[in-house]
Amino acid sequence: MDLLISLLLIVVKSLALLVIGLVLVAYYILLDRKVWAAVQLRRGPNVVGPWGVLQSFADMFKFLFKEPIIPDGANKGVFLIAPFLTATLALAAWAVIPVNDGWAVANLNVGILYIFAISSLGVYGVIMGGWASNSKYPFLAALRSAAQMVSYEVSIGFVIITVLLCAGSLNLSDIVRAQDTRWGFLGWYWLPLFPMFVIFFISALAETNRPPFDLVEAESELVAGFMVEYSASQYLLFMLGEYVAIVTMCSLMTLLFFGGWLPPLKFAPFTLVPGVIWFVLKVTWFFFLFAMVKAFVPRYRYDQLMRLGWKVFLPLSLAAVVVVAGVLEFLGKVAQ
Amino acid sequence: MQLVSSAKALLLKEFVDAFFLSFRYLLKPKATLNYPHEKNPQSPRYRGEHALRRYPNGEERCIACKLCEAICPAQAITIEAAPRGNDGTRRTTRYDIDMTKCIYCGFCQEACPVDAIVEGPNSEFAVETREELFFDKQRLLDNGAIWEREIARNLAADAPYR
Repeated sequence: MDLLISLLLIVVKSLALLVIGLVLVAYYILLDRKVWAAVQLRRGPNVVGPWGVLQSFADMFKFLFKEPIIPDGANKGVFLIAPFLTATLALAAWAVIPVNDGWAVANLNVGILYIFAISSLGVYGVIMGGWASNSKYPFLAALRSAAQMVSYEVSIGFVIITVLLCAGSLNLSDIVRAQDTRWGFLGWYWLPLFPMFVIFFISALAETNRPPFDLVEAESELVAGFMVEYSASQYLLFMLGEYVAIVTMCSLMTLLFFGGWLPPLKFAPFTLVPGVIWFVLKVTWFFFLFAMVKAFVPRYRYDQLMRLGWKVFLPLSLAAVVVVAGVLEFLGKVAQ
Repeated sequence: MQLVSSAKALLLKEFVDAFFLSFRYLLKPKATLNYPHEKNPQSPRYRGEHALRRYPNGEERCIACKLCEAICPAQAITIEAAPRGNDGTRRTTRYDIDMTKCIYCGFCQEACPVDAIVEGPNSEFAVETREELFFDKQRLLDNGAIWEREIARNLAADAPYR
């Protein structure tokens, strides 16, 4: 009986997180389009509902009611599984994200490793989709995507290690609690680990295939990359997975460097606001940065991407691990 | 010099500058018009949908001289003429414009000695089938009836420059 109740509780929690999270993602997609349009002096979607607030839902219904087209030469099974894999893996990463103190569906003690593993698996959806389409552009895109994600995961890993050295835990909630000092937002890890924060932000852009690192779906070269042959709900799942992965990266940045649910200042009006609000506000701020970067940075060339990943970020983050470990040892603050 | 440039690259100076620049653009008033609700100002010389005009007493202006048909570079105009039954004046029995051929050059309007065929201000006459774009005389005269006020105003505004 107890088992049943706890199982039911997990299902309810997961569903609540899923529904609220997906509605939030729908509005993040709208925000992305609005910001991009505004920087280019356009208005962006503004017809469906006031200020276009229902645009994402209208798009969703359009995708759902369109006819899915499966190319003749495609490997049907893999072709259909790929978008499900991408969306499912992207959503699965949310399981360990604490949106408030103790508000995680699964409070894993190795939460950060879990997210890292899940987001690494995300590349399989892209590779499967690109290969199963049996077409040139998707295949090229899949190759690029594999190389790109592998390169940037290395530096992301080292950046995370510096945070873990400071926090002394792999549990995401504990990492946030370790940033809870009396200096408020000055005590969060973005300040002492500022270079790591910047490297993590840029690597997150590359990891989620966002511009300026969207070589995977570079319109001018590969049409739409691995999504060329996809349409209707399959495309919807790919797009959803992509944006969910972006939001996951934003929340990871919030947790690791921006103090998760903690208020920025430790006195009255700020501490009264619930932690969830702070968390969502911080995630929205990072998503806004993602959208702005899309609007003003031109796309990198493939060799520049690889140079940045292997010859700049990898040595920088490696050196940072050594420096952070050394400083912590020197100050005697190594977490046990 | 190399030290300065590499320091700039490391501190992402260009990106931070670009961020603030695009943030200023983000807050600027937008250039887009809400099209069906807002429209750009239109010149009196605008060459839109064709119309056949009438004199204020209701008599149609066209005298079937076929100058428009002759000058039309796309050969979109077809005219047949005959003396009219009641008074024997020369009138068109058929005046067709194939709007799928028309290039909106305005030569017909310039060739016309009696200001009968004109290109009005209307550009919103999208239709669903090709057949609806083969305009006949009745359709053109109806256009004239609908748009006469705007057409007369535009012709008067442009007259000093002709």
